[in-house]
Amino acid sequence: MSGGTIDYQRTDDGSFTAPLVLSYPYARTVGNTLARFFTSLRDRRIEGTRGSDGRVYVPPAEFDPLTGDACTEWVVVGETGTITSWAWQGEPQPDQPLDTPFAWALIRLDGADVEMLHAVHAASPDAVTTGGRVTVRWSDAPEGGINDIVCFDLIADERQSDGEPRSASGPHSGGASHSGGASHSGGASDSDGDDVVRLRQPIEVAYEWSAGPAATAHLEGLLEGRLVGRRCTSCAQVYFPPRNGVCPRCAAPLGDEVEVGPAGTITTFCVVNVPFLGQHVKIPYVAAQIVLDGADVSMQHLIQECEAEDVRIGMRVEPVWRPRDDWGPSLENIEYFRPTGDDDVATIRATS
Amino acid sequence: MSRDVAIVATAQRPMETHTLLTSVELLAPTLIGVLERAGIERSEVGFWCHGSCDYMSGQPFSFISAVDAIGAWPPIVESHVEGDGALALYEAWVKIQTGECDTAVVFANGKTTAGTIDRVMTLQLDPYTVAPLWPGATALAALQARACLDAGGAVTEAAMAEVAAASISAGLANPNVGWGVAATADELLDRPYANAPLRAHDCGLPVDGAVAVVLAAGDAARSLCERPAWIRGIDHRIDTQRLGARSLTESASTAIAARHAGVLGDRIDVAELYAPYSHQLLLLLTALGLDPERTSINPSGGALCANPQMAAGLVRFAEAADRVLAGTADRAVAHSTSGPCLQQNLVALLEGE
Repeated sequence: MSGGTIDYQRTDDGSFTAPLVLSYPYARTVGNTLARFFTSLRDRRIEGTRGSDGRVYVPPAEFDPLTGDACTEWVVVGETGTITSWAWQGEPQPDQPLDTPFAWALIRLDGADVEMLHAVHAASPDAVTTGGRVTVRWSDAPEGGINDIVCFDLIADERQSDGEPRSASGPHSGGASHSGGASHSGGASDSDGDDVVRLRQPIEVAYEWSAGPAATAHLEGLLEGRLVGRRCTSCAQVYFPPRNGVCPRCAAPLGDEVEVGPAGTITTFCVVNVPFLGQHVKIPYVAAQIVLDGADVSMQHLIQECEAEDVRIGMRVEPVWRPRDDWGPSLENIEYFRPTGDDDVATIRATS
Repeated sequence: MSRDVAIVATAQRPMETHTLLTSVELLAPTLIGVLERAGIERSEVGFWCHGSCDYMSGQPFSFISAVDAIGAWPPIVESHVEGDGALALYEAWVKIQTGECDTAVVFANGKTTAGTIDRVMTLQLDPYTVAPLWPGATALAALQARACLDAGGAVTEAAMAEVAAASISAGLANPNVGWGVAATADELLDRPYANAPLRAHDCGLPVDGAVAVVLAAGDAARSLCERPAWIRGIDHRIDTQRLGARSLTESASTAIAARHAGVLGDRIDVAELYAPYSHQLLLLLTALGLDPERTSINPSGGALCANPQMAAGLVRFAEAADRVLAGTADRAVAHSTSGPCLQQNLVALLEGE
């Protein structure tokens, strides 16, 4: 987030909102059992484990659901199976297995006793039935993950009769000739020698972030270069920023807006020598808690224009603003604070 | 021996179809409201327990900032459950059982409209073999509905439409909901499928809301409230996370929880059941042994007309308790669920004196 680059909107009542995308580059170690499952998938082979009751689990159970014992007996199951339930995805969503309408299905693979979830390619919901037969469509470039199975394809004119499934020798409609597979998010895995050891599953979720009406005056002030806090209706402390409009000590609503600063006093600080992802200031630098004049609660900001060893508690500082064209509804409109050169304050009354 | 614990007050914020308030702004007035109704000061509260999930509104550590809504000075005893507020209520009930406190405030917020909630709900699934497919919650519920329809039991599309029609009608009469367009089951059946076999009205409407209740033990409850809603039994059970390894056409965990909570076989005046999808209400009625002819089911409208996830389960407890507190019901069932396809179920029996 940087001052002039915030992509924000104002709503009818003046509230600030902004798009927010959370993304996490999850890389999950898979453990021994799933390592074998994913490694087999990469080799275009589907394997499950057998539980104490004789049931074959695909994906494999790591531990027996009934006894809790480790499942150690592996069973190779078929590439064909039977739909035991299904639902239609008329409007495919991002990252789903197919980007044209498709069916979700619980599929009991031949030789397995527990269904797995996957997508079934079908022209329309009319083509899909419970009891319908399907066959796996492998990825052209299997990487060791559930998405090595692009989806399942319907086996024409084959339907499970009551009792044993028919042999899995039906026509195989899958393969590289089929288009329509969406890029999958599960994607890459890491291997140790021959075995898959880690699954990369980045996730991304988009939100509309709203600052809430309690912050409106504060953010409007920042757009104009003013520092606006709010006073607790109960204990009279002045909060900058005004948080969520509630005094965290009293749980009473915050009331009057109060212009504070712009100068303030350092209440404590640290010298940052550690590089980290996303750092945008050259180390070493000073991060300080500053209580602005007129406020009762400190805020954190950078101290620049002096050597780190000269920074001290009680030091008077003032903001250095970025060029006005770069301002947004953000405290980053202030690039940093610098010493005013005034005498230190001996007693600081900030409470936090 | 267990301690007698009761719900002595509840408060809900009117639900909204889309709010710009922050989670703290949703909670703060709700908490003030519930303390006023219980007639206790913040300093008298022995334990605070919060249910929410940061993924709902996408603000990491929002459960920490939610402590602002309590006023945590001098220091308090507080806990947070990354889940529905009904599970926070269960934790608070256990805390009171330990004897460490006599009163607790349980609160929850569900701000589900800030993101694409169905996509968010993929994040609760097995991250290795299921979540990489991004099925969301509704498609899985639709698979369950199909399995139920195929099984040919109580779940039919017509019965599902009746559930949805009743929810819309009750929601219109619920001052905390108040929206919806009344429709008959036949009219609903004419509407197109969303995730077939589910239609839009078969799926809980994502909304934003907040709820709080006050729990108190024994004499503390009697001093705060003329007619406490005593929690006579409460139990939480979980089915396997493997959808293929359990029967989707019944709710085994609900049935066990109901037995342990003492629900089965007794007259129940009202039941508030957290069924995020219409067919799930029918499964719950079977598992709980409830007969709609003898028990008022979801007079609030339930979660179909308003589903503030992470608050919706505690809302069911508040709605059930309200009817005992008001004296319009003697025995009430409150139920909450979480996870895909009714994976986890919490059942409580509430009773007036």
